[in-house]
Amino acid sequence: MTNVSMTVNGKSVSGEVEGRTLLVEFLREGLGLTGTHVGCDTSQCGACVVHVDGKAVKACTMFAAEAEGAEVKTIEGMAIADGSLGTIQQAFQDYHGLQCGFCTPGMVMSAAALLADNPRPSEAEVRSYLEGNLCRCTGYHNIVKAIMAASGQSVEPVAAE
Amino acid sequence: MHNFELVKPTTIADAVQALSGEDAQPLGGGQTLIPTMKQRLAAPARLVSTLGIAEMQGVCTDDHGRICIGGATTHASVTAETASTFPGLSGLAAKIGDPAVRNRGTIGGSVANNDPAACYPAACLATGATIVTDKREIAADDFFQGMFATPLEEGELITEIKFPVPQASNYQKFEQPASRFALVGVFVARFGDGVRVGVTGASEDGVFRWSAAEEALSGNFSAEAVSGLSLPAEGMIGDLHGSPDYRAHLVKVLTGRAVTAAS
Amino acid sequence: MPKDSGIGASTKRREDVRFLTGRGRYTDDINLRGQAYVHFLRSDVAHGTLKGVDTSAAEAMPGVIRIFTGADFEGVGGLPCGWQITDRQGNPMQEPPHPVLAQGKVRHVGDPIAAVVADSFEEARDAAEAIEVDIEELPAVVDMKAALADGAPKVHDDLSSNLCYDWGFVEDNRQAVDDAIKGAHHVTTLELVNQRLAPNAMEPRVAIGDYAGHNDESTLYTTSQNPHVIRLLMGAFVLGIPEHKLRVIAPDVGGGFGSKIFHYAEEAFCTFAAKQLKRPVKWTSTRTEAFMSDAQGRDHVTKVELALDAEGNFLAYRTDTLANMGAYLSTFSTSVPTWLHGTLAAGNYKTPLIYVNVKAVFTNTVPVDAYRGAGRPEATYQLERVIDKAAREMGIDPVELRRRNFITEFPYATPVAVEYDTGDYAATLDKALEIADWDSFDKRAEESAKKGLWRGRGINTYIEACGIAPSALVGQLGARAGLYESATVRVNATGGLVVMTGSHSHGQGHETAFPQVIAEMIGIDANMVEIVHGDTANTPMGMGTYGSRSIAVGGSAMVRATEKIIAKAKKIAAHLMEASDADIELKDGAFTVAGTDKSVAWGDVTLAAYVPHNYPLEDIEPGLEETAFYDPSNFTYPAGAYICEVEVDPETGKVTVDRFAAADDFGNVINPMIVEGQVHGGLAQGLGQALLENCVYDENGQLLSATYMDYAMPRADDLPSYRVDHSCQTPCTHNPLGVKGCGEAGAIGSPPAVVNAVVDALQRGGKDITHIDMPLSPGRVWAAMNV
Repeated sequence: MTNVSMTVNGKSVSGEVEGRTLLVEFLREGLGLTGTHVGCDTSQCGACVVHVDGKAVKACTMFAAEAEGAEVKTIEGMAIADGSLGTIQQAFQDYHGLQCGFCTPGMVMSAAALLADNPRPSEAEVRSYLEGNLCRCTGYHNIVKAIMAASGQSVEPVAAE
Repeated sequence: MHNFELVKPTTIADAVQALSGEDAQPLGGGQTLIPTMKQRLAAPARLVSTLGIAEMQGVCTDDHGRICIGGATTHASVTAETASTFPGLSGLAAKIGDPAVRNRGTIGGSVANNDPAACYPAACLATGATIVTDKREIAADDFFQGMFATPLEEGELITEIKFPVPQASNYQKFEQPASRFALVGVFVARFGDGVRVGVTGASEDGVFRWSAAEEALSGNFSAEAVSGLSLPAEGMIGDLHGSPDYRAHLVKVLTGRAVTAAS
Repeated sequence: MPKDSGIGASTKRREDVRFLTGRGRYTDDINLRGQAYVHFLRSDVAHGTLKGVDTSAAEAMPGVIRIFTGADFEGVGGLPCGWQITDRQGNPMQEPPHPVLAQGKVRHVGDPIAAVVADSFEEARDAAEAIEVDIEELPAVVDMKAALADGAPKVHDDLSSNLCYDWGFVEDNRQAVDDAIKGAHHVTTLELVNQRLAPNAMEPRVAIGDYAGHNDESTLYTTSQNPHVIRLLMGAFVLGIPEHKLRVIAPDVGGGFGSKIFHYAEEAFCTFAAKQLKRPVKWTSTRTEAFMSDAQGRDHVTKVELALDAEGNFLAYRTDTLANMGAYLSTFSTSVPTWLHGTLAAGNYKTPLIYVNVKAVFTNTVPVDAYRGAGRPEATYQLERVIDKAAREMGIDPVELRRRNFITEFPYATPVAVEYDTGDYAATLDKALEIADWDSFDKRAEESAKKGLWRGRGINTYIEACGIAPSALVGQLGARAGLYESATVRVNATGGLVVMTGSHSHGQGHETAFPQVIAEMIGIDANMVEIVHGDTANTPMGMGTYGSRSIAVGGSAMVRATEKIIAKAKKIAAHLMEASDADIELKDGAFTVAGTDKSVAWGDVTLAAYVPHNYPLEDIEPGLEETAFYDPSNFTYPAGAYICEVEVDPETGKVTVDRFAAADDFGNVINPMIVEGQVHGGLAQGLGQALLENCVYDENGQLLSATYMDYAMPRADDLPSYRVDHSCQTPCTHNPLGVKGCGEAGAIGSPPAVVNAVVDALQRGGKDITHIDMPLSPGRVWAAMNV
């Protein structure tokens, strides 16, 4: 076991890890930050996406010890300071971009990384960027719409009777 | 996965020292290695991380005009840093995995693994790149020895890859629909003295050069030049995603498209 | 003016806030003090005799608490099948035992042989590698036809063959259908495969068993769509625990799509082991394990025949299906190819004579059970593919051929035992044509041609049976369960309400939609209503969520309970206002006396119920809490029309879905935003089936598509934005909300539309191709073009 220290959502944290301890395991089990999920074991589903030093990475495919000294941001750190939903989170609610919620943390973190790089993406760019995030519920339609809306672009309103 | 010791050197020398231990293995971004370890198909005793080695990061140009990429440079960095100097390679790197994978995975890790469906080996072969390790320099033509097979010795570390920059180049990737690895990928590179074509994903012998196409394209760099060629299906991979016939056909189609895109 | 609250409003989902901030509480997020971890050692061969399991070396490994094998479960029950099918001769199906851990034989790759319980997951897994298993490998049966051949290896030695049942429906029509087909002007035949799929809810299954010795109570936390069903099946049939000593909790569940209906061995194991070891035992599936232990879906091979007269009227329809059960009978496996499939064979059409034959077959593969649509996608695919082929053969426009045969009068009793209460199939067809811009197809086809692509279009109409359904009926058909739903509505003293429902939400948004109904009924803010679900300790016995049944059956139960609440509250209000019960009206959260200006607020009445100082105690009890169990009189019958446009790259065979339009009739709609989201999700799974997904086993029973590296899940860039519409509404006539259910429609209606479109594109490109089996991967399409 070795000690690892990092900053998670602005707070300094540390803990004992094995070499094989994954970053996602450290977050979920070590820190109790269970918002980051594990949906596969081949680094494809993206439910575990977090930001490490500002970049989206799959927390299931990185060892905790590799994040020594890093700035890590998870879904728990995405709300604004008063606790209300951030722009992307709010767009996901407004445009029904989630159903069961399991892929959602990874989707939001990927969306945030995309918009940081590309503040006004086209629909095709959004779809392409989400290549590493699987959702089984929404058919992606409303996720794409939510991200477009979060980028300030106009989208069709939700259905109404 | 089995437990192991994780070592994070900051210099190549320290990494080489750490790799001299028994069952030690370099760790790039781990985007292939970590899933493999989860399946318990690999069980190194020590992993030596390369991501903290500054001298293995980044892209520069050497005195021969070659693009030199540190072995621990991520796909995302390759995409960004070769966009104007070597767009064919930049485009290839942008198609590897997904954005999160590209933020971790490294060129050295990918080349060392020599997955028969990986993208970089096609570019290495098509450009006649040089793979530089802590011990020696290996020409791409000598490096890719079949599926997952390379001349790398135990503990040998890819520190840099040097790419001669073609006058024109393009990579066409036809994705396997599940893994999004290359079902077939073709890198076409046109140099002053001829054309080279690297093909990945297709052959049971791993990445290869399609010499008939190279010959045809060296005389006439156009899609028509390859349209009359045919590649034998024998030796091509057949699996649930495509037959050997289909892969052989795709090699031709993608070669033509790469030529058109590069022209 | 769109509604902003109550029934019909697109109310934003309240549950989203926790999911969007990482505060969901999924089963794997739960960690109990002192918990141990189990890893299952699973068979790596598809079929073999288990000659010995030596755990001695493994038991000495660090952290190991105990290793269980099949021997530990002798005397413990097996996993039950919940539906008995009677075959054509009137005999019950062959029903083999399904032990928790393999006994004597292993029957599919992934069959659990031993369970290692250790202090940590990795220690359990390390120790499992030290278990020595002696298996004598036997030849495996994978292909269904081969499994039925004389002398085929038997999956279950004690059964007479690998045939589970040979089912005919309606058996009395067999000869008449045969005669009609023989005598028809035109018969179109088609052989097709509805391939096996892996449901792939993004949350892998998890189970945590816990045991409280002081009161002998077991608790199971599990990723389930129906905790009461798990409690009943596991308690009564496997472990012998009475319901009052067994609590099952299914907290936030990350998608189900059918795969989390069933009672699984891992649930029984964790509950059993926790009691044995006196400490909690947790199992978290990996995705790789999920591919070999979650029930899979579909896997039908069918011959279809459609007989028509010269005008294109359907005369008779016959299907002959082999349905794969896998190695064991999963909970509702046997009902899927029969009652959930054969009863939909009429589709939207007035075909007078129908006969469905299904032979269910055991093979050395993972068990197969309900997956989104369950039987209805198979029925729709067969019918809508053969109609398309018939239209082409007879030179009739495929839209016209469908329209000509539509059922237009309701109620309509089909020749396959169900009665459609309402519908307007022409309306949804017209709407689909409109939103798909059907008439401007040629212009788009020209644009595609300029890019070297072939454009094609495919249409499909579908009907499904939802809201499964009348207990008396399903009981006659072999169900070993009732299929009602329950709700308890508890009104608190200050007027807020809690609804404890037997339905379970794993993405459907019940916490938002259910309160909309009560808010409308009482005239209060929906935020005054809270939904509780997923815990057998605080919800009434209910059957859970599947088969698009939540709002139709669970919602109806809630309405019935709320009606009881309102009736009682009116009595209290009448007392408070010294009026007659019959004169009391409830509107906008206030009770009034008709024809007067007397009024008491909702909160005054609820307070009076709990502080009964001035109260009709001689007539009614204090308190305001009611329970209703709702057992519908029929299924509901959502229907619709779907149109797909594809571009095919003739050089590579790659199919791109460029447009997809879906017009559905779901009856009344509670929350349109949620309904459209359900359609989107169903469409993605249907498009996934049509183009990408496939569970492929080799001849030895090894699953080749065993991870996401080979099982192609639909991604965002595989799919288009959809055009959906639900404005055609013929309300259900037999439930109080007039609702029909929307969860499965997209997955049922989309595969045939895609395949019809691809065949159309290939035909327009000059290829005489009439069928390609799904998934229409580039390699398959190219191969079909280049035979």
